Amino acid sequence: MSLLNEQLQEQLREIFADMKDDITLAVFSKEDDCETCKDTLSFMQEIESLSDKIHLEELDLVKDADRAAAYNVVMAPSIVMLDGQKNYRGVKFNGIPAGHEINSFIPAILEVSGAGEALPESYKVKLNALEKPVNIKVFVTLSCPHCAGAVQKAHKLALESDLIDGEMIEAQTFYDLSEKFNVSSVPKIVINDQYEFVGNQPLEVFLEEIEKAQRA
Amino acid sequence: MELNLNLASSKKKSVVLDKGKTYDLLIIGSGPAGLNSALYAKRKGLEVGIIGKKSGGQVVDTTSVENYLGFEYKTGEELVKAFKSHVDSLKVPFLSDAEVTSIHKIENRFMVQLSSGEEIATKAVIIATGSRPRQLGISGEADYLGKGVAYCAICDGPLFEGLEVIVAGGGNSAVEAAIDLAKIASTVKLVHRSQLRADQIVIDKLNTFENVEIYLETEILEVKGAQLMSGIIVKDKKTGEISELAANGLFVEIGYLPNSGFVKDLVKLNERGEIIVNAACETSVEGVFAAGDVTDVPYKQIVISAGEGAKAALTANDYINRLK
Ligand SMILES: Cc1cc2nc3c(=O)[nH]c(=O)nc-3n(C[C@H](O)[C@H](O)[C@H](O)COP(=O)(O)OP(=O)(O)OC[C@H]3O[C@@H](n4cnc5c(N)ncnc54)[C@H](O)[C@@H]3O)c2cc1C
Repeated sequence: MSLLNEQLQEQLREIFADMKDDITLAVFSKEDDCETCKDTLSFMQEIESLSDKIHLEELDLVKDADRAAAYNVVMAPSIVMLDGQKNYRGVKFNGIPAGHEINSFIPAILEVSGAGEALPESYKVKLNALEKPVNIKVFVTLSCPHCAGAVQKAHKLALESDLIDGEMIEAQTFYDLSEKFNVSSVPKIVINDQYEFVGNQPLEVFLEEIEKAQRA
Repeated sequence: MELNLNLASSKKKSVVLDKGKTYDLLIIGSGPAGLNSALYAKRKGLEVGIIGKKSGGQVVDTTSVENYLGFEYKTGEELVKAFKSHVDSLKVPFLSDAEVTSIHKIENRFMVQLSSGEEIATKAVIIATGSRPRQLGISGEADYLGKGVAYCAICDGPLFEGLEVIVAGGGNSAVEAAIDLAKIASTVKLVHRSQLRADQIVIDKLNTFENVEIYLETEILEVKGAQLMSGIIVKDKKTGEISELAANGLFVEIGYLPNSGFVKDLVKLNERGEIIVNAACETSVEGVFAAGDVTDVPYKQIVISAGEGAKAALTANDYINRLK
């Protein structure tokens, strides 16, 4: 099954021309009980074919357990983006980034390649002051038009701070996890599994909740 | 599975808003009203920029649009894409994901204040900040927000697969939400305090679903639940009888409130909080214009907002030319 028609391929090639460094998509699948692993992998293969700067690594959640542990990958399908030095920068997608999530996935490729726009200085000061690790989960549905904006913010923050891990979680694929966090409106943002809010809120709100988690 | 690629979010912004200069005209809001204002203002040769939280405004959250002249059917997303690429083709500077917190007049300039703390100067402003969903204002509604209570059917509908949901409201948005949800949820109850006022063509469509029940003349009193919502308490307005309707989700679609709070001290609002404008889109303050859902213009529709946006830009153009 091909997700990208010719017009989309052309548009994406043009977008990827703005990439700076190479990036690697490390895609974790698993053999059993994974309905969307195959589609996710073939989608990523299509993306890889659109730019010389995009590389693909096909991994298995069980067989490559050490790699999974290195990136805190605990479910499949999961896509981890690595930068030009193959470093994990906290940018992760759990579930296929199709539907509206293409609009968080493509910008993430550009950002990890170093082609993103800088955050205002006032935000950087706050991020530099962080002392404890921060995990940001952003629950989404693929039919939600403004969820991708929240995912982009989580990833932007992750790229700016080594202590921040930002992950998209597609709520329907990871139903049990969504149940656990009572997700019934998206985007739902959960910080360190404890501080939460709903909606694509401004960056200030993300930072406030992160600061609460730091004080905890 | 499909992909909804939105080029604006991926492509590097072609033209960035220059925060250091004084614009002729700044447009606040990037829905149909704001985008059409930008188109008209730019074609008049004004130095114009747009500041907006969310490109496309409410249209992005609309499943399908079937009443915009020239298009029998477009998804909300497609229509926004067409609007946006038309405006982009004129290279209008765009500041996205930015929120305006206030506007102040200093001598013959307006200072537009952003939530990031920055300020941008301009000779004239068009306020096109649209509206947001109105809340029921009942007990439990805020407590169960994100725990069953929802305001965006296309976003949150998929989370209610096979579950029971209630839609509150009786207008087009409510009936359309009920139609979308009927395809996903096990049952849909449409609850409205008076009679349906949606277009007959959408009501007919709703009636083709067997898992939909309609409760008219029924008032919602309270949202109940434990950790998650479990149902609502309703009152039958004819008999006065109070009962509970069980449901996992409540989608509130009871109309909209104008996004005018940030200018309430600048321009005159009516009792509904809408910015009062005259037929030329002028507000109570010279140099400040307003268009679309945020104003007291009757009927909130895409084509109306777009038309009002055009009018506001032409009036603003006349105003700026008079300054010169
Ligand atoms: C579910 C749904 C279905 C609909 N279906 C139809 C339909 O089929 N046909 C039809 O004609 N109409 C429909 N409508 C109505 C239509 O969408 C609105 O009338 C129209 O979008 C109003 O346009 P606008 O530009 O005035 O405001 P909006 O579309 O609300 O846009 C305002 C923009 O301003 C931004 N903003 C707000 N405050 C600020 C701030 N302080 N700083 C910066 N930016 C700000 C907002 O984020 C938004 O992007 C529907 C509406 C909904 C919600």
